[in-house]
Amino acid sequence: MRIEIKNGRVIDPASGLDCAAGVFIAGGVIVGVGETAPDSFTAEGVIDATGCIVCPGLIDLSARLREPGFEYKATLESEMAAAAAGGVTRLVCPPDTDPPLDEPGLVEMLKHRARQPGFAHVHPVGALTVGLAGQRLTEMAELAEAGCIAFGQADVSVVDTKVLLRAMQYAATFGFPVWLQAQDAHLARGGVAHDGAIAARLGLAGIPVVAETVALATYLQLAGETGGRLHIRRLSSAAGLELVRAAKAAGLPVTCDITTQHLHLCDRDIGFFDAQARLDPPLRSARDRAALAAGLADGSIDVLCSDHTPVDDDAKQLPFEEAEPGATGLELLLPLTLAWASAAQLPLASALARITSDPARILGLDKAGCGRLAVGSPADLCVFDPATRFTVSRERLKSQGKNTPFLGRELSGEVRYTLIDGHLAYTAAL
Amino acid sequence: MHLTNPQLNDHGELIHLLSLDGLSREIIHDILDRAVPFTAMAECAVKKLPLLRGKSIFNLFFENSTRTRTTFEIAAKRLSADVINLNINTSSAAKGETLLDTVDNLAAMQADMFVVRHASSGAPYLIAQHLATTGRNHIHVVNAGDGSHSHPTQGLLDMYTIRHYKRDFTQLTVALVGDILHSRVARSQLHALVTLGVPEIRLVGPKTLLPAAAARMIEKGPLRVCHDITEGLKGADVVMTLRLQNERMQGALLPSPQEYFKSYGLTPEKLALAKPDAIVMHPGPMNRGIEIDSAVADGKQAVILPQVTFGIAVRMAVMSMLAGGGQ
Repeated sequence: MRIEIKNGRVIDPASGLDCAAGVFIAGGVIVGVGETAPDSFTAEGVIDATGCIVCPGLIDLSARLREPGFEYKATLESEMAAAAAGGVTRLVCPPDTDPPLDEPGLVEMLKHRARQPGFAHVHPVGALTVGLAGQRLTEMAELAEAGCIAFGQADVSVVDTKVLLRAMQYAATFGFPVWLQAQDAHLARGGVAHDGAIAARLGLAGIPVVAETVALATYLQLAGETGGRLHIRRLSSAAGLELVRAAKAAGLPVTCDITTQHLHLCDRDIGFFDAQARLDPPLRSARDRAALAAGLADGSIDVLCSDHTPVDDDAKQLPFEEAEPGATGLELLLPLTLAWASAAQLPLASALARITSDPARILGLDKAGCGRLAVGSPADLCVFDPATRFTVSRERLKSQGKNTPFLGRELSGEVRYTLIDGHLAYTAAL
Repeated sequence: MHLTNPQLNDHGELIHLLSLDGLSREIIHDILDRAVPFTAMAECAVKKLPLLRGKSIFNLFFENSTRTRTTFEIAAKRLSADVINLNINTSSAAKGETLLDTVDNLAAMQADMFVVRHASSGAPYLIAQHLATTGRNHIHVVNAGDGSHSHPTQGLLDMYTIRHYKRDFTQLTVALVGDILHSRVARSQLHALVTLGVPEIRLVGPKTLLPAAAARMIEKGPLRVCHDITEGLKGADVVMTLRLQNERMQGALLPSPQEYFKSYGLTPEKLALAKPDAIVMHPGPMNRGIEIDSAVADGKQAVILPQVTFGIAVRMAVMSMLAGGGQ
């Protein structure tokens, strides 16, 4: 179907384009961006984007779909609806399903189930070790053929550093990136909150910053040894950020992301034991939060992700330390990016880069035109109203998970239309 | 986000007692003042007042305790309440019932007050918030100890004891000695001591038993961390020894009880560093020969048994204040 999106403000972070223009789509790809339609283009459908911003569809580097294994928390259908409503057209899911994504058949099934019109493109991260147990390597080449774009351990650490070295060496052999969360299993054991003044006051067992930096130092040394590409997911501390900065400056092929929760919140937001603020890694101090925000603005942190983790009410309505960590986030990625851009006084194009062109680069999909609005790019787009304010509520959220520390918060950035491969995947009810 | 203190109503009055964090000096003194006549009552032949007649108080103990549960039970019975004791770790929780399901069931039995002990920090907050969101704020929650977070009636009875012996808080040097990291008692004492205007509070113990952010754990608190007990006890007016839980003595926190006693155990020699009229407190149960020497525990500076007696009066004060409908 040939579609014209007209009257919008078009922002393409990759090229720096930010102007009033039309976007012309045919055959699932972008065929023109500009004031006038390409020659011989006749639109079959027109989207009026008056007052709206047209940008590449969002790419979320961490979104749990909860399939297979946790269908009582969320299903592919519910979370794909959430993604579309959030303007997310491409997402990466961690391997911590049940069973974990350690066999090609599981990955093929997930890819197959997700291959439906209106569903975001799904890129699974394959398990680095069988069962995420940190002992035996998975069949990475087979898993990559089935559709895995990287290999990782989700939240689970590989305790045996020799296994980790072997896994990183093996991945590097084939050029597969390794995605790891920097958290030393022993130092984090039993902890539920940042080991600072708030945890001390509330009597919550702490996870110290050294749990992140010790693991990070190990990973960076091993990455230097193996020469493989390393992506650090969900960085949480100022000290951790400094290690990544130094590694980047030394020329190591390392990238990293943070979550919208860690960008906006700190341990103070636990308040009186609010289980919605029970997250992994824990919310750190206000000083850490400020350092992460600065790092995201200057590009030391490559990507902002939602770390979408739907959790059922039963698993959240428990005392803080017993509650399951995680927050739903696909639908808040864009509004929380805009809130950060506004607070940090960043140009919209620079802020949107962290959720479009930068994640495309990490995935190696930028060369395929993903995460940008260029002629020939897949027609994955998001059209949103940047001005109208709304309040985050359980009723508003399409995700099956209603768990977010942002409930009650007023934000802007309502998605009006989401297009995936030129198909209209979402239209806001007005 | 729950940024409003759930234990106070819109008028700033106490509806639950969850923590001493955020309680004003006035409220704390009000509770202590109310406890004074109840202390005197302990001397009477008939130890019974009708303040809570017809009220049902559920002692909800998700974690074992004999002493605290007993003192709450005595306090409630002296106020003529009906007391129901539930040891949940041996009943429904083992059968898979959630905390809030248990609460809903007991609320349906027309409970007026829950006295809650739980191994998880913050559990009584969850109960209070659940009661609030389901429109049952008339049921009061008293925290009888949650994880490492708070044990407010213990903190209050400790303040009662200090006030009884020392009168004025604003001239005191108070030393807390021992396992502050895991101690809900220490956290409750700290909040109250800071609120009541104690100008110097020392946290004494090895680094493994102090929170990393110990000196900042109470905002604007005059906290001083001392790893050396001689520095910690010098010139102190009040020495609060904390119980060292058995499970802390294994593992990587401490090498042995003997070495702990040598470094931090309160002996007559170490106590001599404090002021001559210093009082020695302990929340019980004591480990003699580990955190405290018998000569100190049984000595004339110890006020450990009066603490227990005052504890009943303070718990009567709290319960009557919450559920007594004013006096």
